[in-house]
Amino acid sequence: MTEGVPLRVDGLRMEFGGITAVDGTSFVVEEGTLTGLIGPNGAGKSTTFNCITGVYTPTAGHVYFGGEDITGLAPHQIARRGLVRTFQIARELEEMTVFENMMLAPQGQRGESLLASVVPGLRDAVIEEERELRTAVWETLEFFEIDHLAHEYAGNLSGGQRKLLELARALMTDPDLLLLDEPLAGVNPTLENKLLERIHALRAEGYTFLLVEHDMEVIMENCAHVIVMHQGRVLAEGAPAAIREDAAVIDAYLGEPV
Amino acid sequence: MSQTVTGAVTAAVRDLVDDSDLRMIGLTMGGVYLVATLLAIAAGYDVGGIVNTLRAITVFAAGYGMLVLALNLHWGYTGLFNIGVAGFMAIGTYVTAILSAPPELSPGAGLGLPIPIAVLGGMLAAAIAGVLTALPALKMRADYLAIVTVALSEIIRLSIKSQTLAEVSVAGVTVGTGGGRGISYPAPSDAASWLIELVPGGTLLYPAGAAVGIARPVVTGLVYMLILVAFTAAFYWLLVQIGQSPFGRVLKAIREDELVASALGKDTRIFKLKVFAVGCALMGLGGYLWLGRSGFVNDLSFRPDITFFVFVALIIGGAGSNTGSVLGGIIFSGVLFYLPQFISQNFVRAARAPDTFVEALSGDLAGYLVANISALRFVAIGVLLVWLMQRRPEGILGHRIEAAAAIDLRGGRPEGPEDD
Repeated sequence: MTEGVPLRVDGLRMEFGGITAVDGTSFVVEEGTLTGLIGPNGAGKSTTFNCITGVYTPTAGHVYFGGEDITGLAPHQIARRGLVRTFQIARELEEMTVFENMMLAPQGQRGESLLASVVPGLRDAVIEEERELRTAVWETLEFFEIDHLAHEYAGNLSGGQRKLLELARALMTDPDLLLLDEPLAGVNPTLENKLLERIHALRAEGYTFLLVEHDMEVIMENCAHVIVMHQGRVLAEGAPAAIREDAAVIDAYLGEPV
Repeated sequence: MSQTVTGAVTAAVRDLVDDSDLRMIGLTMGGVYLVATLLAIAAGYDVGGIVNTLRAITVFAAGYGMLVLALNLHWGYTGLFNIGVAGFMAIGTYVTAILSAPPELSPGAGLGLPIPIAVLGGMLAAAIAGVLTALPALKMRADYLAIVTVALSEIIRLSIKSQTLAEVSVAGVTVGTGGGRGISYPAPSDAASWLIELVPGGTLLYPAGAAVGIARPVVTGLVYMLILVAFTAAFYWLLVQIGQSPFGRVLKAIREDELVASALGKDTRIFKLKVFAVGCALMGLGGYLWLGRSGFVNDLSFRPDITFFVFVALIIGGAGSNTGSVLGGIIFSGVLFYLPQFISQNFVRAARAPDTFVEALSGDLAGYLVANISALRFVAIGVLLVWLMQRRPEGILGHRIEAAAAIDLRGGRPEGPEDD
């Protein structure tokens, strides 16, 4: 883990035609925290995510990662800097096995060069590196308890297993900060606990998480710091206890007690 | 020393025989040979004729094999919908032809460079054409790449045919495509007689062939056939190396979901450009060695049909599988294409067939089918495609797990059973 890699979003603004999805959002994710990002449907959470990870280029504002301005970089450039995301609807590479999915993730593999893959002399080093990766993949699969699925096609996994695989795969990139887009959506309670347990364990190891969740309770129970978005802006942020009592937040959620 | 060599050769041969994929290819080819031999005997061919028939089938299968493998790299591995195969073949073939043709040879005009250099030049030109096509198109969705490539392939074909490019003088050097008259150049198949002269004792093949009734041109033809088979094997080897590597893993990921690949830090555009360049270069080489083997081509060899035939062969074999690509090439070229043509050329006059399908229904249906087999094979290909799409869209081997890794992923588990 490199020192000082918090994520800072500064005045982020994203317009689609006449619609402003994100309207001047600013927040900070501190190192080694599990930060939650919540908000009602259409609050701009996913758009913010996509702006941070380079899927969209924001109309205005900046995103800083580890002090570096990463606004407008391509998704792969951002991922290489150690800011890695998962997707709201688990996007497995279905016609690839779980193991292949995992082996894909590590950055800067020697064998990603066409020449190194093909030229006999250079290929030896590739094979050597593949052996090392294979060991790491087995360890990670065991950590997430999906090692029994190693040689299944990812497309054959259940929704919850896919979420586990997606997190495991993101971890294989050796990230500093993980952006998880609704990692618990469609996951049964048993698997949900398993996933949360893993996330807490990883956080204790020093990983930083930004978690987008629809389910308020999950965020309140698991995150030390919560950011609430509404209509493209940050409505409130702070410790869960403070958020629960925030009048504006209660109002935004249509008077529901949270 | 000689013992180690013998040992290595024995081991290699044993590996080859044990390899189930190779056996599959061998059995399929053997089946086609068997049917062809029986048909040739029935048609009254002598030994030389039978051997020549098998040679023609093999040349056809090897030609398709090369092109299907190249397309498999684009479509099977990376999901790049390239339907301009004919165009890239044309560029490879024509550029090689122009570079190697002696200036005085007519029609067309060339630079008279040594053939290996010309071949490299042709492959390079096809690769550059591929990259230029891909650059704007890769930003778009797959269907647009398809439109761009098929359009480009027709533009290339019509440019070749155009009288404007038949002879062009650039800085005092005259080059050209020969327009509609086609272009002549040193035939790749001449490599066979050159090789026979080069290898000590090679010329003994001629009397040996004559002794069993195989004429001299058939002997050189057989040697060229072996050259083609060797190139197909080399394509196969290259594709397997690419497929079983981290590079191939990224290609597969791009096929499955490009956004995921880039979210994992892969610069997908670079990968796609590299793949396009390599695949197009292979298509160019395959076109030259196969369609251009006689030392003369014109635009008619590069009609869009060939692109679609290569696609059909890949779909039959199974996109994504290299062994499937070769199988698809053999089955398409042998069973669906060559044998029906052979039947129509050798048996039609013997059959007194009804003139129309309606007449045939009330009489000699079999005779009608045999008489029209050459045209009906296209109906058969269509029916087969529809059936495949419904019953087995993944083709013969498309759904088989061929792990994209340089090592066996089932092994190497810490504290687990070591089976690496």
